[in-house]
Amino acid sequence: MDKQTGLKLYHEMVLIRRTEEKAAELYQQGKIGGFLHLYIGQEAVSTGLISARLPQDRVITAYRDHGVAINCGLPAKEILAEMLGKVTGVSRGKGGSMHLADVSKNFWGGHAIVGAHLPLAAGLALGDLYQKQDGVTICMFGDGATNIGYFHEALNLSKVWNLPVLWVCENNQYGMGTAVDRASAVSQIRQKAEGYGMTNSRVDGMNLVAVREAAQKILSEIRNGSGPQLLEITTYRYRGHSMGDPERYRKPEEIHLWQEQDPIGIFRRHLLDNGLAVEAELNAEDDAVEEEIREAVIFAESSPEPQAEELFRDIYVEA
Amino acid sequence: MAKITMREAISQALWEEMERDPKVFILGEEVGLWGGTYAVTKGFFDHFGAERVRDTPIAEAAIVGAAIGAALTGLRPVAELMTINFAFSAMDHIVNEAAKLHYMFAGQMVLPMVIRAVGGGGRQLGATHSQTPDAVFAHFPGLKVVAPGTPADAKGLLKAAIRSNDPVLFIEHATLYQTRGEVPDGELIVPIGKSKIQRLGRDVTLVTYSKMLEVSMKAAEQLAAEGIEVEIVDLRSLRPLDMDPVLESLKKTNRAVIVEEGWKSYGVGAEIASRIYEEAFDFVDAPIKRVAQAEVPLPYNRTLEQMALPNAADVVKAVKEVL
Repeated sequence: MDKQTGLKLYHEMVLIRRTEEKAAELYQQGKIGGFLHLYIGQEAVSTGLISARLPQDRVITAYRDHGVAINCGLPAKEILAEMLGKVTGVSRGKGGSMHLADVSKNFWGGHAIVGAHLPLAAGLALGDLYQKQDGVTICMFGDGATNIGYFHEALNLSKVWNLPVLWVCENNQYGMGTAVDRASAVSQIRQKAEGYGMTNSRVDGMNLVAVREAAQKILSEIRNGSGPQLLEITTYRYRGHSMGDPERYRKPEEIHLWQEQDPIGIFRRHLLDNGLAVEAELNAEDDAVEEEIREAVIFAESSPEPQAEELFRDIYVEA
Repeated sequence: MAKITMREAISQALWEEMERDPKVFILGEEVGLWGGTYAVTKGFFDHFGAERVRDTPIAEAAIVGAAIGAALTGLRPVAELMTINFAFSAMDHIVNEAAKLHYMFAGQMVLPMVIRAVGGGGRQLGATHSQTPDAVFAHFPGLKVVAPGTPADAKGLLKAAIRSNDPVLFIEHATLYQTRGEVPDGELIVPIGKSKIQRLGRDVTLVTYSKMLEVSMKAAEQLAAEGIEVEIVDLRSLRPLDMDPVLESLKKTNRAVIVEEGWKSYGVGAEIASRIYEEAFDFVDAPIKRVAQAEVPLPYNRTLEQMALPNAADVVKAVKEVL
């Protein structure tokens, strides 16, 4: 990794965290409605993963999508505007927090029905295979999604058709409040790929460098015809499943234990230890993020609400 | 003008569109090597190859989900569900994904896809394989629902559906495949969302679609023998719903009977009757009647099954009641 990449990825991780912290604030102020699922603690997963993709690689994820959106290049201001339901949001205020997307950046959403986007990912990959394009579809989902039928239908289909798709399970230890061991017959999610004869691996999701290197290797293999693979990335969300989670299912000590391996701290140390950055440079990135967030909030708050005609727009392409 | 079966008409539409546009492909259970459970895609696998006529596992969510994903990349998938009863296994993908993505992402996502599904009772397949749940699917904004009653409309509507940039559920009726009808030679496109007068008459307006068009036509002949002339409006599309020909006809006859194969409760007839009352109340001279399936899960026994399904005699009776 070169210095420029290191600083860029550090910036992205800090940007995700600050965006999420700001979103939590705005939610508590009643400015964001509906559900809000924060990515805090999991930043290294999507930052490392998405940093390994090529522009032609499609990304699709579940409802915990703010971080992924930032990594895919969606501006924080448009993400916050979407959360505030403003017309300047990425989905013109009609999608909300769980439905961010920008197909021009090959980011295909933001899908809020657990597991339902996995068959879509198979279809995206089929589209590339059919049209002889060399993109790989990166499909992210939580550990909870691996217990629903869609996961199994999609993995099986991807293997039968040899689709260029990377299945990425973000195992953050809980599906809502239910621990993996209480919901899944196997505790290592990667084992589920074995049933489909699918190459699989597992990596520490608190370590951006490890995630990035694993993703680079696997994406290259898939691009060269290995067929689909599954990568389990172990991680942890510091915040509740969504805002308003009473968190009766875990103890504060457990959270603290994971916070000691904070992905941003680990990567910051990596950059310093390997001479890729000095403190002042990283502090400058922190400051730049602060400014970006400040401007993003002003943008989102001052943006107009959608006009009434927006209500009936885009139901169909052909009315 | 050739007289061909509904099966041939649907098959022709698919074949012509696949020849015309390499982005069109078929996926589904037994669509390839087998040639289609109802033989609609017979010969396709040999001609177009395994890439474009894709046999799938028995996994409806994966079939519809993959069709959505492929459509997002610009392809034009035609997903076949062996029966509409199996669409319930893919309900989430039809309702929560196909019908929502274009709107929810503010027009960024476009889904030029068709889901073909065979519905209808009358073949002694029992309660789980004989349903006509068309109204269920027509409930959701974002989805287009088409259900032709003649070979010509089947061909023209399927071609329109394949060329549409919106997701279309194309409902075929299992007992109509052998029905023959005139189909114009050459290119035939029937626009989605246009009802059609299939028979002119002055006394009562019959509103119907799909298999019940055949039943209604039969009833109309019996009634004509008694000097009663019914006008038949074939909806052809349930969503978008074109009420104009229905209302025009009603304003002429002032009486209406709605004939559907599905259950009466919360059904197509309920929708049409409400629309007539809302939009042409002053023209209604008699309470609108609905002919529909008995409110039971359809039984296997032939006699019982036929008792439950609407037939021409039911239609004749209803027409006489509104006169």
